[in-house]
Amino acid sequence: MSLIKSSLARKYVMALSGLFLVLFLILHVTINLASVFSPDFFNEASHFMGYNPLIQFLMQPILIIGVVVHFIMGFVLEIQNKKARDISYVKYKGSANAPWVSRNMIYSGLVILAFLALHFYDFWVHEMAYKYVEANPEDPTRYYHETVEKFAPFWRTVLYVVSFVLLSLHLWHGFASSFQSMGVNNKYTPGFKKFAKIFAVVVPLAFAFIAIYHHLNPITL
Amino acid sequence: MKLYLKIWRQKDASSPGKIVDYTLDGVEGDMSFLEMLDILNEELVSKGEEPVEFDHDCREGICGTCSLQINGEPHGPDRLVTTCQLHMRKFKDGDTIVIEPFRAKAFPVIKDLIVDRSAFDRIQQAGGYISVNTSGNTIDANTIPINKHDADEAMDAATCIGCGACVAACKNASAMLFTSAKVSQFALLPQGRIEATERVQNMVRQMDLEGFGNCTNTGACEVECPKGISLTNIARMNREYLSAISKG
Amino acid sequence: MGILDSKIPSGPLADKWTKHKNEINLVNPANKRNIDIIVVGTGLAGGAAAATLAELGYNVKTFCYQDSPRRAHSIAAQGGINAAKNYQGDGDSNYRLFYDTIKGGDYRSREANVYRLAEVSGNIIDQCVAQGVPFAREYGGMLDNRSFGGVLVSRTFYAKGQTGQQLLLGAYAAMNRQINRGKIQAYNRHEMMDLVLVDGKARGIIARDLVSGKIERHSAHAVVLATGGYGNVFYLSTNAMGSNVMAAWRAHRKGAFFANPCFTQIHPTCIPVSGEHQSKLTLMSESLRNDGRIWVPKKKEDAIAIREGKLKPTEIAEEDRDYYLERRYPAFGNLVPRDVASRAAKERCDAGYGVNKTGEAVFLDFASAIKRYGKEKALTSGIKNPDEATIIKLGEEVIEAKYGNLFQMYEKIVDQNPYKTPMMIYPAVHYTMGGLWVDYNLQTTIPGCYAAGEANFSDHGANRLGASALMQGLADGYFVLPYTIGDYLSHDIRTGPIPTDTKEFDEAEQDVRNRMEKLMSGSGIHSVDYYHKKLGKIMWNKCGMARNAKDLESAMTEISELRKDFWENVKVPGSMDSKNQELEKAGRVADFLELGELFAKDALHRNESCGGHFREEYQTEDGEALRDDENFKYVAAWEYTGEPKDAKLHKEDLVYENIELKTRSYK
Repeated sequence: MSLIKSSLARKYVMALSGLFLVLFLILHVTINLASVFSPDFFNEASHFMGYNPLIQFLMQPILIIGVVVHFIMGFVLEIQNKKARDISYVKYKGSANAPWVSRNMIYSGLVILAFLALHFYDFWVHEMAYKYVEANPEDPTRYYHETVEKFAPFWRTVLYVVSFVLLSLHLWHGFASSFQSMGVNNKYTPGFKKFAKIFAVVVPLAFAFIAIYHHLNPITL
Repeated sequence: MKLYLKIWRQKDASSPGKIVDYTLDGVEGDMSFLEMLDILNEELVSKGEEPVEFDHDCREGICGTCSLQINGEPHGPDRLVTTCQLHMRKFKDGDTIVIEPFRAKAFPVIKDLIVDRSAFDRIQQAGGYISVNTSGNTIDANTIPINKHDADEAMDAATCIGCGACVAACKNASAMLFTSAKVSQFALLPQGRIEATERVQNMVRQMDLEGFGNCTNTGACEVECPKGISLTNIARMNREYLSAISKG
Repeated sequence: MGILDSKIPSGPLADKWTKHKNEINLVNPANKRNIDIIVVGTGLAGGAAAATLAELGYNVKTFCYQDSPRRAHSIAAQGGINAAKNYQGDGDSNYRLFYDTIKGGDYRSREANVYRLAEVSGNIIDQCVAQGVPFAREYGGMLDNRSFGGVLVSRTFYAKGQTGQQLLLGAYAAMNRQINRGKIQAYNRHEMMDLVLVDGKARGIIARDLVSGKIERHSAHAVVLATGGYGNVFYLSTNAMGSNVMAAWRAHRKGAFFANPCFTQIHPTCIPVSGEHQSKLTLMSESLRNDGRIWVPKKKEDAIAIREGKLKPTEIAEEDRDYYLERRYPAFGNLVPRDVASRAAKERCDAGYGVNKTGEAVFLDFASAIKRYGKEKALTSGIKNPDEATIIKLGEEVIEAKYGNLFQMYEKIVDQNPYKTPMMIYPAVHYTMGGLWVDYNLQTTIPGCYAAGEANFSDHGANRLGASALMQGLADGYFVLPYTIGDYLSHDIRTGPIPTDTKEFDEAEQDVRNRMEKLMSGSGIHSVDYYHKKLGKIMWNKCGMARNAKDLESAMTEISELRKDFWENVKVPGSMDSKNQELEKAGRVADFLELGELFAKDALHRNESCGGHFREEYQTEDGEALRDDENFKYVAAWEYTGEPKDAKLHKEDLVYENIELKTRSYK
């Protein structure tokens, strides 16, 4: 644990776990987009992800650890940072020198955390119950309509979309920032920052699109 | 012009402080912010009140002593200036100006607007030097050529005046910009490379011990820095530290 | 010569320092551990001395009134540091640097000291580079140089416009290394209130903790004063607000002679005064005179129109401009020494050609430099037949790279863009060549009390050349004092720690308390600043760039009266036992009020014009300074006897064995 005794090491942990989650997002959004364009591929990919032992017993725990580490470290940093200014300013004009998103990562993060709870409940808990509690047989075709059905209720779709907006804000600062934390700041950085911002918009937008699309196009039997 | 000042008054480190209101008339645009406070103090002294204490010395933007949080920003609304170089033409008649000390746990208030920034000294003492004797018995200054670009970058980092605006501006009260400026200056010069591994670790350790917050890359420090010290220095320190700890 | 023995070693000039180092006593490393040294002031001289002494093994205590040693006013030096490296191959040598400095100082400095300064100058650069000072470099990776006033070679090393800052941070870093080792104890936010003498030797100081107000006793085997100059006696100067003469003056009152107090440098290129509220003056580096041309309008009506805002400087035709430095001094032009440039500006403004509202400003114009550089840059960038706008754009870029931070500073203060309209400048008090008298070893007339840097009467004679203050501060601190002090301390190896519970410390502390109580018990009519400003006006008007006997006499009377008024009527609110900036200022101004009188007395007695000291009665027909080597080729060292006006004069005759005294000419 000596690693995270130093403020810089904590930054590395935050940055690397964040970058790992960004990678996961790319995979996630790719598969999910299939649910719009190719339900069959979506079913296939989902089934693979759900039953491949490497994914299930190695990648999935790593992902969960990544999420947990990122969040716990986020809280630790926030608490320490609050302590570092024990008496606050009467007037503090944060907007004068830093964008809102960078100053409020904890709030966008908290919304995303709440969303993850819902998301886990919606899919992961359901999936675990389906596979291990109820011990249902493998059914490689069920994923598509299970997913679409989830977006039938208006409230859930709205919650998802709102969360994606916050995810976008979180990524807007976090993606490029993780490179700075890892010490990468060179002549390519301005270009990369632009890319990171496009990424921060496009990926959550795609997620939102999927949610809205399924909400508007329910499966009619 | 006439100004409404809200100034933090605090008797000493152990007493509680509060904002006190003052009205000041006859302020001119050509005055520096500190000259405006001089006039207020002159008035207070003539009324037999204790003047507002604030840190200042060179009044030409280089010593780094002046340290006021003005309307929520260190050194006020102007860019690339210290408080002593901020001129009243940046304000207008009838403005309300809130003046507070720099706030950080590592910068305790001494009196009124004066804070104790000795934490910065201790960070430097932990390794902000090259361990050569000052005997002068060294190699000729031109023996090791230094790439102009590196020398210029080292100079840019070295222009830090240690005022603490970076800490004051940062929502986390982080001292990364200050620390990284010194680490960078030496990391960029061949003379400084020799102790680079220990230096960055020692300075970061001291920085953490002083109770500064963690960097979250908001960039506020760079915007408020009166000398325009760049965030690339923080990235460089992150790199230096990573390579230092991976060396063990 | 009795009491004023300068202890200059015998032998040929170039061998004196080496010979002296070989002959003086040393303290062995084991004994150094038992010897304590106090260093007051942590600028270039004090910081460098503290670091080196600690490195040698002595126990060092440093004191500074600032919150950190890094903030000493050496930090504000902009232009550069001289060193006879001859990297440019333009014929520079130790001798030439020595000669330029003696000549620049108008033959009022000691040959041996100045030669030593030139001799160690190269070492300073080596040392600083090894410390990581990021001097400017050329594309080939070698150190770059620029030229400064009063010399014909390029020997000035620089770090943008922040050379003093970088050198100070170098010394501060060296100090930090020793603080980390426990060899230096740094007392920051502490002010030296008095010097303590035991059996006639300096054995400690009384200091005040400026945060708690506590009076403290500190003892040592020797005390080094590196507390800078006294330019703030003028109230408005380029010095820091806190710069003061207290330490030096306290030592003077205890027996250290004060030398040449009237030798003050008025720097020609400062931002003019804008109004009554002005608290300090900002210097624009002398390096600007490399490229800027100084002028005023040829016609008085143009000057008046400019003052009234009816005419812009850019609207005045070339033939209607008077580039008076180029006119009067064709050989050196805009790069004449500071005293000459300052007086010439005053002469034009007094004649009615001043160009700002107050009539006290001249132009420093970069238009032709911008064009020259623009053309050069266009050529090297392969732009053929560039138009006017391109040339100006390119030229401005070059100027920005060279002086960007200075131009930005000017714009912030004056609210005018110096790329588009000429800067306005006027001379301002900048540096004091006078100071505590020291011998070759930098020891004052009090045994065990040393003075280094600007605080001593220094190596600059009656006028200091640009970029020489940094050189002298570091030379004293790194290379001279740490060795010469050993000669004195070698007699102290058996002394043991100096106790502070003695009669001498009791008395000194009581004196300090009494003085502070007296300051706080004034009737309370006027603030400290009121008196400081009044003193400043007297000094500037009567002891400034041009002086005469009548004014100096009246200045002495006025200062003496003002001092009396001050002690009766000053108002210091707050208490002694806490942070109290008004009390701090009051103590400093009280000493300025004594020094000012001695200053005028010194100026009055020196019936000649030399360097920064210009007596109107002693000038040539065309207004140049008229030196009197027959009667005044000496250092005037004043002994305190009670009232400044009764100070007793001791003369140290200046002997020139290697240089022939000439009339200084820059024509």
